[in-house]
Amino acid sequence: MKEYEVIIGLEVHAELSTNTKAYCNCTTEFGADPNTHCCPICTGMPGTLPVLNEKVVEYAIKMGLATHCTIAQFSKQDRKNYFYPDTPKAYQISQYDLPLCKNGHLDIEVEGNKKTIGITRIHIEEDAGKLIHDAYTGDTLVDFNRCSVPLIEIVSEPDIRNAKEAVEYMQTLKSILEYLDICDCKMQEGSLRCDVNLSVRPVGQKEFGTRTETKNLNSFKAIQNLIESETKRQIEVLENGGTIYQETRRYDDAKGESYAMRTKEDAQDYRYFPEPDLVPIVLSEEYISSLKNSLPELPHVKKDRYMSEYGLSEYDASILTMSIHTANYFEKVVKKCNNPKIAANWMMGDFARMLNESDLQINECNITEENMASLIQLIDDGTISSKIAKTVFEEMFITGKEASKIVKEKGLIQISDEGAIQAIVENVVANNPQSIVDYKAGKDRALGFLVGQVMKESKGKANPGLVNKLLLTILNK
Amino acid sequence: MELYHLTVSSLAKKIKEKEITIKEVLDNLYTRIEAVEQKVDAYITLTKEYAYERAKILQERLDAGEDIGIMGGVPIAIKDNICTNGIKTTCASKMLENFVPFYNATVIEKLENAGAIIIGKANMDEFAMGSSTENSAIKKTKNPWDNERVPGGSSGGSAAAVSSEIAYCALGTDTGGSIRQPASFCSVVGLKPTYGLVSRYGVVAYASSLDQVGPITKSVEDAALLLNVIAGNDKKDSTSANLEKKDYLQSLINDIQGKKLGVPKKFIETGLNADVKKAYEDALQTLEDLGAEIVDISLDYAKYSLPTYYIIATAEASSNLGRYDGIRYGHRAKNFDSLEELYVKSRTEGFGDEVKRRIMLGTYVLSAGYYDAYYKRGQQVRTLIIEDFKKAFETCDAIVIPTTPNTSFKFGEKTSNPIEMYLEDIFTVPVNIAGLPAISVPGGFDTKGMPIGMQFISKAFDEETLLQIAYTFEQNTNFHESKPTI
Repeated sequence: MKEYEVIIGLEVHAELSTNTKAYCNCTTEFGADPNTHCCPICTGMPGTLPVLNEKVVEYAIKMGLATHCTIAQFSKQDRKNYFYPDTPKAYQISQYDLPLCKNGHLDIEVEGNKKTIGITRIHIEEDAGKLIHDAYTGDTLVDFNRCSVPLIEIVSEPDIRNAKEAVEYMQTLKSILEYLDICDCKMQEGSLRCDVNLSVRPVGQKEFGTRTETKNLNSFKAIQNLIESETKRQIEVLENGGTIYQETRRYDDAKGESYAMRTKEDAQDYRYFPEPDLVPIVLSEEYISSLKNSLPELPHVKKDRYMSEYGLSEYDASILTMSIHTANYFEKVVKKCNNPKIAANWMMGDFARMLNESDLQINECNITEENMASLIQLIDDGTISSKIAKTVFEEMFITGKEASKIVKEKGLIQISDEGAIQAIVENVVANNPQSIVDYKAGKDRALGFLVGQVMKESKGKANPGLVNKLLLTILNK
Repeated sequence: MELYHLTVSSLAKKIKEKEITIKEVLDNLYTRIEAVEQKVDAYITLTKEYAYERAKILQERLDAGEDIGIMGGVPIAIKDNICTNGIKTTCASKMLENFVPFYNATVIEKLENAGAIIIGKANMDEFAMGSSTENSAIKKTKNPWDNERVPGGSSGGSAAAVSSEIAYCALGTDTGGSIRQPASFCSVVGLKPTYGLVSRYGVVAYASSLDQVGPITKSVEDAALLLNVIAGNDKKDSTSANLEKKDYLQSLINDIQGKKLGVPKKFIETGLNADVKKAYEDALQTLEDLGAEIVDISLDYAKYSLPTYYIIATAEASSNLGRYDGIRYGHRAKNFDSLEELYVKSRTEGFGDEVKRRIMLGTYVLSAGYYDAYYKRGQQVRTLIIEDFKKAFETCDAIVIPTTPNTSFKFGEKTSNPIEMYLEDIFTVPVNIAGLPAISVPGGFDTKGMPIGMQFISKAFDEETLLQIAYTFEQNTNFHESKPTI
């Protein structure tokens, strides 16, 4: 078998988190009863006209600036014409030849290797409604709540070579969108999704192979699975002497496979032309530079700062800065407790685990930054041991109570009184003569066992440092 | 004098001064409509109940000493492609035969705020596509001057209603001459404002970059008065101009001393009917006698207006009319086995021939591989036409040409050859292509007694000059005084 190279480009759609839709005053809120967030304009009633929401332009430009794009001072909107029941005007307002942003790039890092992915363009457009197929009656119903919610489409260059790079690129985009606070990035709700353009070619071949486009992937897992399966499929076809057809494919998440939707032959002619109901978007240099100045600290800058200011490892810094919510939380905690390393360990350890297990986002959890900081302070000043802290943390996570309150209520204050610990240690040593023998015989495990017994006797409250010290004193006598 | 002979301004004055009640105005008008409408067929819908309700409220307010607006109590007919909340808006199409909007066009809001009362929705060519109102799927409107002839179009119902005095005034829309041409055919005043002066919100789109709403009235004064009401920036229409509000009644000055009027000789020399030519020459003489200076201008690209129009307008129409798909409102075919069949059958049944013709033409010119040759080129020619006018206005204040090369024609005379019908718009279309304001005023009669209209065109947003010249012409001629006998 020949060696193949995979060529991937992504078209990422991000729903913008503006309060109102792109061309009317309807709310963009997700999850309402069908057809309660729509009006004559977004349902394309006769005679109605769109008026562009200026926030849409602002958000799109912010994304463009954050990805090093050139911002067009003159751009326009176009109509993309096609018939489908989720598109009530029979055209989607989009941008064709003069997008708001173009020629940008994004730096990603996969397994320690840095790589730059080109961004061809970012343009604004409106979302379509949603078709709901009623399995019981066999009817198809339309919900226009999502219709005309603003989107940006971020089109990459074909610079991506494998699933890992694609996922990392998507992850980085998501992270920036969150930092800019312009998209809620809820992939399961469809507010961030992507189309994958993929082709393969024998290593060394200059021309691109024929590409397929798989639509609407809405999880990292789906992107990864699709890229792996589509790569395999294309190579197999070529190896068997077959031909790849330029086609649009759909990925079935449940089955983990994709299938062809339509081929190039029945590809639609969208008859793009300039939207006559909207005036061109003309932007001043001052406006663009004011947006540039308003950009927040972006993930890669924050990461560098965590390394230099907090002395965190590159790995830790990149994990903590991936989500703006985690980063904001972390920074508040550090500000209070002044111990970035312990804070980082908690954030990436038990905290991350608990969030994951309960399927929560950090901004949805019970523990305030203040409470988290005071827990770390209790460890720092020796009031509780790290081990006890885990118990306290779990309680905090469930109830949202303050750390000190839990410690007091449950009597979990660490015993740091040497005399009290000494008594327990002596008792444990007396009851476990075999362990003493083992220890003397060089079995280090015996020490661990004895420490464990002391901690058990003290209900976990004995200061572990002191326990170790006092045990060793007796054992080494 | 019969009440229905009054103009808008004189009627509004009588109501305000309580010489007459609004109910009396409606009683008189609906009696007139009952007698005349069956001969003219100008209306698709009469809104009698609604009108009397409005009249009651307005009269109460007036009696309480309130100012009920510049059009307080004045009845108006509305072309049936302008959305009226709770009142059927059919676009004279089977597609929208039962469509009742639940929102008002901005112009309707403005009219109602000014005290106007909608008395009915006027017939038109389906979706405003046509020049004779023969393309209406609902009914055939007759020219009040000769019931064997067309009233012009597409605002034929509006013009016929005002001409036969079953409306004091009306709103029309003008995409390629649809206000001016029927005004000319029916001997009334028709004003097409500068593109962007009047909001298009709620006006069912035919060709978005060309459509404009305007008044059809008995006098230039009424046109100015209605323009005062409907003009102005609208936040709901991005293409509406944001300019300071003007009082167009101030432009009604009977004086054109020293005004330079441009005549594009070469452009109008072909196809001009002899009677129209004669009326035009007389009009120029009248204007010259009034102190205007007639100057030669050239509009080199104006002759390409029609092909340009039939590319741009149909391209936009093909997209604008996509929404009539039978899914949410409008006509839906009864039997279908697939989504595609639902679309095809609903649209096949719902649209008339001319609408289909323009959708096909527009779809074609936007298709991959043809866009550059047609649509893009059309836009380039459009720019040349705009420049043409700009250059002309360097040497004149306004342009004067006949509104149409011919007078009204007989039913069926031009329906078999669409191109011949399209050629009727040669003098009106360039104005839309350039987005300029223009007005048609009564300018004579041909040997058969059919009306001839004179058209004045001015610079963009210079409706003041336009109205002043039109007013002076009107005040110094008596064509507008003749009324059809019905």
